[in-house]
Amino acid sequence: MIRIDNVSKWFGPMQVLADCSTSVDRGEVVVVCGPSGSGKSTLLKCINGLERVQKGTIVVNGVEVTGRRADLTRLRARLGMVFQHFELYPHMTALDNVCLAQQKVLKRSREEAVAKAMALLKRVGVEEQAHKYPSQLSGGQQQRVAIARGLAMDPVAMLFDEPTSALDPEMINEVLEVMVELAQEGMTMVVVTHEMGFARKVADRVVFMDEGRIVEDAPTEAFFGAPRSERARLFLSKILNHV
Amino acid sequence: MSAFDLSVITENLPFLWEGLQLSLLLTALAVLGGIVLGTVLALVRLSGFAPLALLAASYVNLIRSMPLILVIFWFYFLVPLVIGRPVGGLYSALIALVLFEAAYYSEIIRAGIQAVPRGNIWAGKATGLNYWQIQRHIVLPQAFRHMLPVLLTQAIILFQDTSLVFVVSLRDFMTATSIVAQKEGRLVEMYTFAAIVYFVICFAASILVRRLKGGTPQ
Repeated sequence: MIRIDNVSKWFGPMQVLADCSTSVDRGEVVVVCGPSGSGKSTLLKCINGLERVQKGTIVVNGVEVTGRRADLTRLRARLGMVFQHFELYPHMTALDNVCLAQQKVLKRSREEAVAKAMALLKRVGVEEQAHKYPSQLSGGQQQRVAIARGLAMDPVAMLFDEPTSALDPEMINEVLEVMVELAQEGMTMVVVTHEMGFARKVADRVVFMDEGRIVEDAPTEAFFGAPRSERARLFLSKILNHV
Repeated sequence: MSAFDLSVITENLPFLWEGLQLSLLLTALAVLGGIVLGTVLALVRLSGFAPLALLAASYVNLIRSMPLILVIFWFYFLVPLVIGRPVGGLYSALIALVLFEAAYYSEIIRAGIQAVPRGNIWAGKATGLNYWQIQRHIVLPQAFRHMLPVLLTQAIILFQDTSLVFVVSLRDFMTATSIVAQKEGRLVEMYTFAAIVYFVICFAASILVRRLKGGTPQ
């Protein structure tokens, strides 16, 4: 489904990704974790071409994202993405946020788009907020609308970029629950997160990154049971033992 | 002759009203044209396509370094040369006003576009929207909402500036007032009246601006 081969990227003189290789199979849930600044979010943005890579290849659903003439808009339409800061369009209601790309990209009729949007808003538990504007919603509600916006495109995979790290603690669970449900329904997911509880519960694999490199790429149990690298061990002990 | 005679105003009201209509018409059309052309200029400057962006930037800087009255004169004499026949004061003044205002509007609009959060554009891209769809549905609506007060303020300035069209023999409100004042020998009454009319219109508009500023969400 997603194959990343020897990807490197620089921001000016600074290398942010170094020879990263991994892959995600259909229906697989992969959690990407690591200290901040390790390149996790950048790697995720490279998958749908929001960031270009300078070396290596990324192939998604048979399309080479890194190719010169890649039809990025078509590819992106099939990849849902959820951002740390939700990024809902503030001048549109929750409903219109979910409808916009359905109508403009997939050319669905207004009725079709609304029906789909309402069903999804209901699924993530915010159907009563459908006609409210983002500023009238809590962070957790906004993020669930953003998930619905991604799902509305019938994506082949969903990308999550630290979806809970901008949320107040009491709202984290309502978002995670939606994500767990998605994972259990067989959605292919790549999730950048520090929520190790979520990783343990639904991830098939954990990718650990540090300083732009993929240091560890292991099945979930193996990763939590006996991380091979010293860095991953250190990271886990810090993140799991905090009081 | 010495008394403050208001009848001169009431007697010439239809004539003055005609002048005011022209002022308002010029303002409305120049604002409209200026915003459309200004938006295009702003998008070109932000497009990242260097040759075109440079061209647009040069245009904006050139126009903003000129007095409006010069631009009006210039088009009055230039446009007939280009198209080979005289076009009259109204059209040349209108073209000059639109081209002049577009330079100012483009700067306002450019700032408004840049204030739209970058993440919103990512979100649009991530759902497969193309550049124009993102501008049309995500960036510009937000930008214009934020810019509305500034755009209106610019329109107020433009309304005052339309008084300069007298140089191409158009009879706007200010010119009409002058004509009446000279003809009837009632300078004090007429110019006081003109000042009051300009004040009422511009002050009312500025109250509207303040309302809009207070009422914008976020």
